[in-house]
Amino acid sequence: MAKTSNSDAFVEFERVQKSYDGENLVVKDLNLIMPKGEFLTMLGPSGSGKTTCLMMLAGFETATHGDIRLDGTSINNIPPHKRGIGMVFQNYALFPHMTVAENLAFPLEVRKMGKSEREAKVKRALDMVQMGAFGGRRPAQLSGGQQQRIALARALVFEAELVLMDEPLGALDKQLREHMQFEIKRIADNLGITVVYVTHDQTEALTMSDRVAVFDDGRIQQLAPPDQLYEEPENSFVAQFIGENNTLEGVIKGINNGVAVVELDDGELIDCKPINVSKAGERTRVSIRPERVEYNKSRLQEGAHTLKAEVLEFIYMGDIFRTRLRVAGNDEFIIKTRNAPDQERLQPGQQIEIGWMPEDCRALDAT
Amino acid sequence: MSDTTNSGPMLAADGTPLKRSLARALRRQKIRALALIAPLLIFVLVTFIAPIADMLFRSVENQIVSETLPETVEALADWDSDSGEIPPDKVFEALYIDLVIAEAEKKHTRLGTRLNYEKTGVSSLFRKSGRRVGRFDTDEYTDALTEQNPDLGAPATWAAMMEDSSVRSSLPLTTRTWDRWAAYLISDGENPAEEKLEDVLFAALYFDLRDGASPSDPRLSSLDVSNIEPVDLPASFADADKDWLDPSVWKTIQVYSPNYTSGYFLNAVDMQKGPDGAEARPENQQIYIMLFQRTLFMSLVITVSCIALGYPVAWLLANLPARTANMLMILVLLPFWTSLLVRTSAWKVMLQQQGVINDTLVWLGLVADDSRLVMINNQFGTIVAMTHILLPFMILPLYSVMQTIPETYLRAAKSLGATNWTAFWRVYFPQSVPGIGAGSILVFILSIGYYITPEIVGGTTGTFISNRIAYHISSSLNWGLAAALGSILLAVVLLLYWCYDRIVGIDNVKLGG
Ligand SMILES: Nc1ncnc2c1ncn2[C@@H]1O[C@H](COP(=O)(O)OP(=O)(O)OP(=O)(O)O)[C@@H](O)[C@H]1O
Ligand SMILES: [Mg+2]
Repeated sequence: MAKTSNSDAFVEFERVQKSYDGENLVVKDLNLIMPKGEFLTMLGPSGSGKTTCLMMLAGFETATHGDIRLDGTSINNIPPHKRGIGMVFQNYALFPHMTVAENLAFPLEVRKMGKSEREAKVKRALDMVQMGAFGGRRPAQLSGGQQQRIALARALVFEAELVLMDEPLGALDKQLREHMQFEIKRIADNLGITVVYVTHDQTEALTMSDRVAVFDDGRIQQLAPPDQLYEEPENSFVAQFIGENNTLEGVIKGINNGVAVVELDDGELIDCKPINVSKAGERTRVSIRPERVEYNKSRLQEGAHTLKAEVLEFIYMGDIFRTRLRVAGNDEFIIKTRNAPDQERLQPGQQIEIGWMPEDCRALDAT
Repeated sequence: MSDTTNSGPMLAADGTPLKRSLARALRRQKIRALALIAPLLIFVLVTFIAPIADMLFRSVENQIVSETLPETVEALADWDSDSGEIPPDKVFEALYIDLVIAEAEKKHTRLGTRLNYEKTGVSSLFRKSGRRVGRFDTDEYTDALTEQNPDLGAPATWAAMMEDSSVRSSLPLTTRTWDRWAAYLISDGENPAEEKLEDVLFAALYFDLRDGASPSDPRLSSLDVSNIEPVDLPASFADADKDWLDPSVWKTIQVYSPNYTSGYFLNAVDMQKGPDGAEARPENQQIYIMLFQRTLFMSLVITVSCIALGYPVAWLLANLPARTANMLMILVLLPFWTSLLVRTSAWKVMLQQQGVINDTLVWLGLVADDSRLVMINNQFGTIVAMTHILLPFMILPLYSVMQTIPETYLRAAKSLGATNWTAFWRVYFPQSVPGIGAGSILVFILSIGYYITPEIVGGTTGTFISNRIAYHISSSLNWGLAAALGSILLAVVLLLYWCYDRIVGIDNVKLGG
């Protein structure tokens, strides 16, 4: 494995494994290459190993196996304080016995920076997060959102090129979180820093990132830009995990010309796009996004595949209607339709016909 | 919305003003809370606060002189102690009366002990004089007066006479003396109207008559004292003990005659009452200031040792995995399950010259057999043993504070570029200061008042002020001085506590959470 590192790679994980107890691998074979300036989000359910990856990068945990490289040099044996990586902790970890300004000056002080330069940088960093007036306060005297900004400013003030954030917005309410997402993204773009961002909020991941790495079970399930992740999930875990999704179980009857014919469990045959299925006879899970399904005949396009369905529930949500249907024996089939003037409002018990385009219907692995 | 237009007071649902019903509800809560703590409160008040208050009161109380020698104290009030001469005869007469009664009541030795704290020798002076005072020549007064009126020899006559208010008002000294005498007899279960009359009564009567009293009572009006030869009381007293001719003895009595005195407190700070107020005691009698200083200094050393030894242990406890930490915790708590005496004695075994440590050092060849280290019965021994004994009081608060400091702070500091040491010193340590504060206050205050350990391993150079207090309580029985020393100790602790509050802030003290 004398493979030289990728030329524009800034952060690299190569075949990294991690075990805490010597029995279970928490991270299994992690490979990841990040170019400079990328905003990458690690998204995944609780316990999937996101924090562990971040901690290995920051130097607080050692990889059991594999190599982690920063800007081309292996950092396995570099202690955390020499890595020069900024970090924003989930609970902010602002030092409670120091004022905001002292907190920000801390990384500069330990770098033996002169007082005047230090003050200028602290001021600039505070202004950057619009907290210029709060330098004299203690962290406990700030609101959650304000503490968050200070934690961000502290991770940026010493001009780290790589900043790690572990669920930095986890403790904030929805509105503030959305505001801060925007703020963090703006600052990251302005400074051109590389960010590894951990969250288990998928909206956050989709709105902020250049690329999202979906973690499950110690592996990256898919690493792709947000739109691709949403529209072209590569396996049923990603399809389920990102956004709302309908699944129908069935068996592959045959695959040709990039079209898979699937026999659903109630005998109905549908055409799908084969993603990670290979041969006839395999069980599969077919995935269709709720907003790609139509029941208004006039809106169905040429070539759409139609199916019978029974309305179980109709929820008026303002901008959209959310309807729960029974389709091919599945009671949890959801469709979302825009609240347009010509859109019919369905009644529970009503028998309707729904349809979708075959290319929106993806045949994924059954597990 | 209509609320804003309502200008009257807010009303509760039943129509009473809201304020009043709220106050009522709160009062009920308070009473209930008070009832819950009442048993403890009463227990503490009765068994702890009240005795301590009584004890502290003894540090200024001095009623024994004026109670035992009321006549003397009064007669001595006008005497000029700086004259260098002994007081006039009248004072000796008063002393004679007081001493006879005190001797009967067996109070004169207690008074002697009390005054001996202020002037050595007074104790034996009172004891000796008490034995002799009954044999003074005052029976001459008795003989002369009963000769003039034999009726006076009958106790019943006196008892009857002393009921008469005109007699009482004309013979003040006799009346007072009779009253004290009668009170003593009654308390002894006797009847004053039947008991043998003491010379002191006739002496008092003589003094009254000599001083010009002219009772109208027929039993007394005939008495003529002009030809009675006065007894030379100063000579009699001097004969009993020549110290009575020493003005400084009288001065001591005079100085300590008020009901309240600062004498104990002055004594407790190595001072005494001099001719012009307080003055330092002679060099060779000064001990308490030195003891206070030593107590404070050694407590400080013990506290610092406890911090130095306890901090790493607490850190380990707070950072080890739970299982190991629990094991370690048991080891920390182990001393609590062993008797204090056993632990202290164990140190005696360890530290003495033929003890384990010396043996080991000699065996290793580090110390010659004939120059074994002296590690016990001195300050070193006290500091070692007390550090060991008080260590858990440092570790526990430190541990509970450290437990609340999340590891992320250290990680954050390191990610910001701090070395392990900087991260510890700048980030972790400041946050553990409340624990150090709490532990230090505990250890310092405990050690300042520690008694058993210094008593056992302290020898003469390693004892604390508390050992001296214990000595005055149980051996010298100078409770007043013990109380004064205790009060000063209490004041010092409160003062230190106050300083600590000013400097560090008492809300910076955490026992956990
Ligand atoms: N210090 C540790 N010792 C032992 N096991 C650990 C330790 N830290 C994490 N783990 C285990 O490793 C796995 C991954 O943990 P990790 O913290 O990386 O998850 P995560 O993806 O960050 O989850 P979350 O979204 O809940 O933060 C979990 O099963 C966890 O129990
Ligand atoms: Mg995590």
